[in-house]
Amino acid sequence: MTTLSATIQEVFNEPACGKNAAKSEKERKKGCTKQLQPGGAAGGCAFDGAKIALQPLTDVAHLVHGPIACEGNSWDNRGAKSSGPSLWRTGFTTDINETDIVFGGEKRLYKAIREIIEKYDPPAVFVYQTCIPAMTGDDINAVAKAASAKFGKPVIPINAPGFVGPKNLGNKLAGEALLDHVIGTVEPDYTTPYDINIIGEYNLSGELWQVKPLLDALGIRVLSCISGDGRYREVAQSHRAKAAMMVCSKAMINVARKMEERYGIPFFEGSFYGIGDTSDSLREIARLLVSRGAPAELLDRTEALIAREEAKAWASIAPFKPRFAGKRVLLITGGVKSWSVVAALQEAGLEIAGTSVKKSTKEDKERIKELMGEDAHMIEDMTPREMYRMLKDAKADIMLSGGRSQFVALKAAMPWLDINQERHHAYMGYVGMVDLLREIAKTLFNPVWEQVRRPAPWDDPADNWQARALAEVVAPQLAAE
Amino acid sequence: MAKVTHVKKACTVNPLKMSQPIGAALAFMGLRGAMPLLHGSQGCTSFGLVLFVRHFKEAIPLQTTAMSEVATVLGGYENVEQAILNIHKRTKPEIIGICSTGVTETKGDDVEGYIQLFRERHPELASLPLVYVSTPDFKDAFQDGWTKAVTRMVEVLVRVPAPGAVRDPGRIAVLPGCHLTPGDLEELRTIIEDFGLRPSFLPDLSRSLDGHIPEDFTPTTIGGIGVDEVATLGEAAWAVAIGEQMRPAAEALRTRAGVPFRLFPRLCGLAAMDEFIMFLSAASGRPVPAKYRRQRGQLVDAMLDGHFHIGGRKLAIAAEPDLLADVAGMLREMGAEITVAVTTTHSPVLSGIDAAEVLIGDLEDLERLAGERGCDLLVTHSHGRQAAARLGIPFFRVGIPMFDRLGAGHLLTVGYRGVRDLIFTISNLVIADAEQNHQPTPESWRLTEEDGAADGAQQKGQAA
Repeated sequence: MTTLSATIQEVFNEPACGKNAAKSEKERKKGCTKQLQPGGAAGGCAFDGAKIALQPLTDVAHLVHGPIACEGNSWDNRGAKSSGPSLWRTGFTTDINETDIVFGGEKRLYKAIREIIEKYDPPAVFVYQTCIPAMTGDDINAVAKAASAKFGKPVIPINAPGFVGPKNLGNKLAGEALLDHVIGTVEPDYTTPYDINIIGEYNLSGELWQVKPLLDALGIRVLSCISGDGRYREVAQSHRAKAAMMVCSKAMINVARKMEERYGIPFFEGSFYGIGDTSDSLREIARLLVSRGAPAELLDRTEALIAREEAKAWASIAPFKPRFAGKRVLLITGGVKSWSVVAALQEAGLEIAGTSVKKSTKEDKERIKELMGEDAHMIEDMTPREMYRMLKDAKADIMLSGGRSQFVALKAAMPWLDINQERHHAYMGYVGMVDLLREIAKTLFNPVWEQVRRPAPWDDPADNWQARALAEVVAPQLAAE
Repeated sequence: MAKVTHVKKACTVNPLKMSQPIGAALAFMGLRGAMPLLHGSQGCTSFGLVLFVRHFKEAIPLQTTAMSEVATVLGGYENVEQAILNIHKRTKPEIIGICSTGVTETKGDDVEGYIQLFRERHPELASLPLVYVSTPDFKDAFQDGWTKAVTRMVEVLVRVPAPGAVRDPGRIAVLPGCHLTPGDLEELRTIIEDFGLRPSFLPDLSRSLDGHIPEDFTPTTIGGIGVDEVATLGEAAWAVAIGEQMRPAAEALRTRAGVPFRLFPRLCGLAAMDEFIMFLSAASGRPVPAKYRRQRGQLVDAMLDGHFHIGGRKLAIAAEPDLLADVAGMLREMGAEITVAVTTTHSPVLSGIDAAEVLIGDLEDLERLAGERGCDLLVTHSHGRQAAARLGIPFFRVGIPMFDRLGAGHLLTVGYRGVRDLIFTISNLVIADAEQNHQPTPESWRLTEEDGAADGAQQKGQAA
């Protein structure tokens, strides 16, 4: 575990993280995540985070070394899409039993790797450590090394057992594994001045494909996307890119920063959510590429493409604007996309009633404030009851959130739209923004709300639970006056 | 009849099995005002939560002791204590059900001891029921976790009747296995009530996860059987256990309160339902209501209509033991052949299944064998979707998880009319597959070279 603790310390010590730089030495050691609260915690573990970050690599066999819970309860549940291989959707686990715990599970793990290579012949096997074998001392690094030597195939240890921390830490530990074992191990067949990496983009619902055509049109090649619709070889050769874009807030900042350090690949933090953000990101990609030697005319071509695509997007959005006038949105989401979605919705004339910043970094919050003005309603930790009240109080007409909080809105018969990982729609780039608005309109103006809000004919509408909950909110306010 | 074999391989591929702590947690979700609590890393809870949310399309109450690496090594009393206090403060539950996980079991946390210590330190919470069940992830399966949790509920929550207390002849304690849906429980309640009996379901998912609009919003379960009602189960005249998995719970109820029980290994199928109905008739002393006489007729008719399509099908099925026995049994009775059967864990019902063998294995085994043996009907949970697509055969989803279709909570496999509709649904799948993929063409019966086609036998037309 000593090497793992060292890695975790290193990740906590991320110099490129603005929040971290402002901390004292002692604070920094404590790490960048709040202590989890027993009985009041939600969200995934470090292993979950590592899996989210790497599983979109489509041709890799992802093998989970642990009891059945870690893979059996969760496999094939990601919304990422593949343009080719389907191996990443195959669930592999050692499903360890009591014997493996007493006598060690390394042999089973080694055999499991052999079985996978014999049956599925993937370009690489990723081995994920979990809590129990981490406790009992199974050395997955050693097993991976031995298996790799024996079978002549990359076997990559991913050391992010669940109990070392939350999802966000797991994202970063996954990044460390790529830096240590994968990136820079293969040379590309050829390079161009237009090669970029996109880091922290998972191609959920195929979103990458809403943006890639824009890059294609500019002649920009995605040398590697880490990890959406990615292939092992692409990541291995990603060190030859000329520039990088870091997409998912801070999830993989360590990968972007270290690649800059080791291979001189400059990066910027950007987003493809919203029209303005998409344009800014395209500009920044072009600017970085030109600074690395691409012909300057790329800038002009980029501006031309932006002008054309923005005009198209605005034309498609215009019809929505009058319909959305005065409509308020409650946005509850993890840190990933808060600030970029806010900008996107405002572009369409929607008002933001509030946004959760539960997992966002301080910097994210600052950005939201900047975008929304000082009176932005920040919701750090909304309870379901408060969420319900807020919606019902007509402060919001629609709620956008992740799957887990949807039922609060739905049971309250309020329009709701999924914008997290599990969602089924793609919202990136210019086309994605228009799709998001189309979905919002479809939900907001569906006549079903009128139907489902009808009280049962035998009920006294003055005495249902909604009425009582509202009375609860109003009563203290009156008392205060 | 079936031989039960374990697949020998180091790597489980495309798991069929889920872990027992979340099976136990689901059982606690059938109690009113409950908050299940997994004692382990927060991921253990988060994966279970996502799984149930996607299956039931409902908010799921499930908490974690959020064990960190350090806490795991030092022991988890503080985390258990804090979790109970926090849950009490934030959600005011009527009961907390605590399930261990692999991490805390490997460390050897003595949770019973923790609860004792908690009781000493927090007399102010003396009236908050705490039920603990040991459910390490590294052995057994989902169904076993459910069994253990319900058994513990009986042992901890049921009041021992006073000596000489008279049983309530109108009450029936129903102990349903986890293979029954909230819709199944609702159907059974209707049937039992139609005999003038008053059933209490332990646990009762039909009041918590049936997908209704709740009277009031709570972060705990929004319904289910109350702890007070569980306490009085010892007064019931009869206990009915559904599924072999419920035998330990039924035995516990008999030991604790002397309640006699009848175990129904299956309810999916004509003969199985006949037995159940006649039991209710005997227990209530009432004749079978006309409604069920009509429904039985409809089921018989559905079997006659459906046997054309289900008869001769080569079934590949993967499910937990009781669900496997139930659904495969019904299809077998309709003339399907149980060609491949895969399950998660040992159970006495497996040997009784009318198949050559039952494998304890995964969906890789199911897919491979279904391909090798030419199966033409696949039945398993939603994770079978990839296999079904590759095999190109009709796929019927049963069990947990069912995340890519609606209505998981209301799929019926019990009751005359439930089985009738199940037969229609599966038959329709098979009919649609025949229409789309197996229409005859002039090539369908063309003679091959082996038949002598090379000798110009093509002229003979459809002689084969």
